[in-house]
Amino acid sequence: MSDFQIKTTPTVYDVIIVGSGAGGGMAAYELTKAGAKVCLLEAGQHFDPADPKYITQMKWPYQSPRRGASTRYRPFGDFDAAYGGWDIEGEPYTTKDDTKFRWFRSRMLGGRTNHWGRISLRFGPQDFKRKSIDGLGEDWPISYQDVAPFYDEVDRLIGVFGTNENLPNDPDSIFLPPPKPRLHEMMLQKNNKKLGITTIPSRLSILTKAINNDRGACFYCSQCNRACIAYADFSSSSCLCKPAMKTNNVDVVYFAMAREVLTDAKTGLATGISYVDTLTMEEKTVKGKIVVLAASACESARLLLNSKSARFPEGLANSSGVVGKYLHDSTGASRGGIVPMLFDRKRYNEDGTGGLHVYSPWWLDNKKLDFPRGYHIEYWGGMDMPAYGFGWGIEEENGLFPGRDGQPKEAGGYGAGLKDDYRRFYGAYIGMAGRGEAVAREDNYCEIDPEKVDKFGIPVLRFHYKWSDYERLQAKHMHDTFEQIMHEMGAVPLGKKPTAEQDYGLNLPGEIIHEVGTIRMGDDPKRSALNKWQQAHDVKNLFVVDAAPFVSQGDKNCTWTILALSMRASRHIVEERKAGKL
Amino acid sequence: MKRRNLLKGIGLGSLSLVGLNVPAKAAELLYPAPTPTPEVEKKDPVFEQFGRTEYEKVRDAKIFAEQFFTKHEMQTITVLVDIIIPKDTHSGSASEAGVPAFIEFMAKDRPEEFQTPLRGGLSWLDNQAKRRFEKTFIEISDAQRIEIVEDIAYPNRKKPGMSQGVVFFNLMRNLTASGFWTSKIGIQDLGYQGNVPNQWDGPPEDVLKQYGLG
Repeated sequence: MSDFQIKTTPTVYDVIIVGSGAGGGMAAYELTKAGAKVCLLEAGQHFDPADPKYITQMKWPYQSPRRGASTRYRPFGDFDAAYGGWDIEGEPYTTKDDTKFRWFRSRMLGGRTNHWGRISLRFGPQDFKRKSIDGLGEDWPISYQDVAPFYDEVDRLIGVFGTNENLPNDPDSIFLPPPKPRLHEMMLQKNNKKLGITTIPSRLSILTKAINNDRGACFYCSQCNRACIAYADFSSSSCLCKPAMKTNNVDVVYFAMAREVLTDAKTGLATGISYVDTLTMEEKTVKGKIVVLAASACESARLLLNSKSARFPEGLANSSGVVGKYLHDSTGASRGGIVPMLFDRKRYNEDGTGGLHVYSPWWLDNKKLDFPRGYHIEYWGGMDMPAYGFGWGIEEENGLFPGRDGQPKEAGGYGAGLKDDYRRFYGAYIGMAGRGEAVAREDNYCEIDPEKVDKFGIPVLRFHYKWSDYERLQAKHMHDTFEQIMHEMGAVPLGKKPTAEQDYGLNLPGEIIHEVGTIRMGDDPKRSALNKWQQAHDVKNLFVVDAAPFVSQGDKNCTWTILALSMRASRHIVEERKAGKL
Repeated sequence: MKRRNLLKGIGLGSLSLVGLNVPAKAAELLYPAPTPTPEVEKKDPVFEQFGRTEYEKVRDAKIFAEQFFTKHEMQTITVLVDIIIPKDTHSGSASEAGVPAFIEFMAKDRPEEFQTPLRGGLSWLDNQAKRRFEKTFIEISDAQRIEIVEDIAYPNRKKPGMSQGVVFFNLMRNLTASGFWTSKIGIQDLGYQGNVPNQWDGPPEDVLKQYGLG
């Protein structure tokens, strides 16, 4: 498993990268390609979706004794590719002031990119300049034009399908052909057109056509979250770490839990990383000329805050005091429903690619609304593979519709009539989930818990996070929209619309797994930790390339921007190094 | 499906497979030969073959080694799941699909969620049977069982004294559905056509016509 394990490190690496997810994988790819000798520290184990011992793809639900139900180890189901979860043994986190925050972590090569929905949205021009638009939060020190060339390169390197729609804040890209919509998605497109809700092909990093010899094309099993044996979807491990390893310029150290960034007391420069070998519990160090953090927004902030010294009493790169602050996750709210028109539908293979084939990018103007930022809508439905939870709660549903004979049916039941209801209802469910932008606030933060340590003896994070009315009213709007869509298409929404007391159904912060903002970039060293190249204002050989540098979230998923910015920062490192400035 | 066909489905020739450096075995493992072991057999080796981490293997082995329900409870579960999903002209019953073993597993997999509600619910059911017919649920006649089930299978009837039974029956119905429709028998009955390499080209023409989307 630990193929590249090193015992001691006489070597002084050109670069040490902490974390192998989207940001770390891209940095490893770019820097090794440029010839740098890199050490990549990964807290978890090796992973290769084409290696039989890891494969969960194409398995049947009955191959899992729990029929794909979730466990502590696989909170997104027994076949999900991500190792880790919300609750990792011996790696706690705490909250304060009644905060409810959930923190999903993956301990494996590629990190959380092995799990995600592959929704690969560029930020638009407005997403970098929100303060200039609505006066809230902060503008980024860079603009869309600065990032656009790197988005283009990421599109070509990794592959994303979609369509150019000439939308103002959802930029056209270099797209592979999108898959055709599924039946319910065609219905949604037709329906939403009447409502003025833009509904276009989704933009997912899945190869509908092969783009190189290392990765195959999608074979439409819809199981991207299980990781792809043909490497047809993007994960950092398959698409970035693996090619980086082929250069022989990287030593990957698995089971390496970073404790601290080491610095030289005189120069104040980073000199390496101290980490715990999680298998042996040994304390180890690795030395490098440049340190790149990509441990995830919260882990990277934790690492800096834990790297205290006489010279850096508030933690490393934190003279501004912003490290850990401005933490924000995407907002989320969702609703399901039944489309009676789809009862007893004809069966055919409707798996398609992983996830949605259509989505609705933000289509309204916030100036005319009572909340400042937008959201996009993701849709689900179709004749998907049965799994644990199939038919759960039918007693809430089968009394809402007449039976085959047109007569009212009593809710619940048993026997042949009930058995037939499951067949009738199969493939008639739809769902929609809003994913929106929260406003970054100084008082939503993570900090070091003064009392608790994890099993490695590393002080843990404590979260303080509250939603504001900006997010609550946005969630209310999501739910109003979901009902509007379902009513227009003759669907029956299930459950009850959440109330104000329920925060309009807002997911808990952290649950959408888009945490950003904890080591934000900016031009002013008093109000930001990193410059516009994601280089620490206080420590010039320290960079951060995960989502921690984000100034704001956008109504987009963050991965494509992590990748583009990590590529940009890595190129900058190479240029600076060549110029002798690093 | 033969490996060659499978690869064709994925869109990879043998040449590009070499390029991919994927062991041929990996592709073969996409489609393990159907295991003849009946689904009710608890230690079906097929469970080993789906990418488990070491700690998951240890945990699942421990669960399989334990027994939660008594023989009497398992018999009651078996009778109950077949009342909920019986054999019909399309497919077999819940017990034929291995649902009782699945419920036994889930009770151990999620003890907090299931053990007390299930054990307590089964006991509630026996108590009802004894009160009405002076025998346990499995000892009474089919008609007598249905008399009790009628009182707890329809949540909106709200028959006095039956509310706990309704909650138990809802749980049993939901677990039975999950177990049945994810079994080989259930998936075949449902007509799920996927989990095979293919080329997605949108819904079939006749379906588009049917819904006015052609």
